Amino acid sequence: MAEVLFFIAGVGAIAGAMGVIASRNAFYSVLSLVFHLLSLAALFLLLRAQFVAAAQVVVYAGAVMVLYVFVVAYVGGEGQSLTPVGAGLVPLAAVFAGALAAELLIALLGSGLQVVGSSGAAYARTFGTPAQIGELFLTKFLLAFEVASYLLLVAAVGAVILARRRRGLPEEPREPPRHVASPRLALVGTMAETVHALPSSERARTHQGGW
Amino acid sequence: MAIGWYLAVSALVFCLGAGGVLIRRSPLVVLLCLELMLNAGNLALVAFSRGHGSPDGQIFALIVMVVAACEVVVGLGLIVAIHRRRLPVDVDELSELRG
Repeated sequence: MAEVLFFIAGVGAIAGAMGVIASRNAFYSVLSLVFHLLSLAALFLLLRAQFVAAAQVVVYAGAVMVLYVFVVAYVGGEGQSLTPVGAGLVPLAAVFAGALAAELLIALLGSGLQVVGSSGAAYARTFGTPAQIGELFLTKFLLAFEVASYLLLVAAVGAVILARRRRGLPEEPREPPRHVASPRLALVGTMAETVHALPSSERARTHQGGW
Repeated sequence: MAIGWYLAVSALVFCLGAGGVLIRRSPLVVLLCLELMLNAGNLALVAFSRGHGSPDGQIFALIVMVVAACEVVVGLGLIVAIHRRRLPVDVDELSELRG
């Protein structure tokens, strides 16, 4: 049973990885990566890492990938050609990746580590449970835990500063919301008009258009 | 299942990610391929953790996930900033810092 599950999840992980680099549209790349992450979570479960698998699904395949989808929708992912300008470099890159794979697999086959051939050491019932991971984070790895929280704070602040609107850049053309232009009763307004967020000409035009 | 099989999957995924970083030009897809490489490392860490029967490797994998999330946030912020400045979102054409 474990062999069948490993085969399905392993093939899924490799196929998802191939989909990421082969899709022409960045949106499909993101979806392939979600598939790859879910397959990887199944592999983590086979390795008795329950908490890591759950975190993988919730944090990675859930939160981080939503961020990716938003940015792909903002930037526009389609229509990017797969072949670079210097197209002669693509075979070279493939050769490099293949050489790296061969090297890693040779290292794996030739390694004298006993772990590689074994199917895993004996483990306690609590192995990989959230209780055990949490206890380790608060006792043995407390410093790493605190440093990770600082890192997340720094990254969040950095992302806000990087992506904010800067002065001196040309303003993006701002389209008025489409629903405002529709005819409607003169007494009915939107929140944006209440706080005078719309230009006055816009307001006048929409008010004239009322019944 | 021998631990070596998990390590083989991890090695293949890592190489696919490395090849993707070299081949693709869109910085978004390059970031996705970096994710692939980090996840391959995570799989190897969890496999060794199972092999030794010690949960320390899983802690390491979780910390790697935190660092990957930070990298994604900063990278996507850079891509949004590039897009705002009307620069081409293409790693080959963003070469102003070339020496």
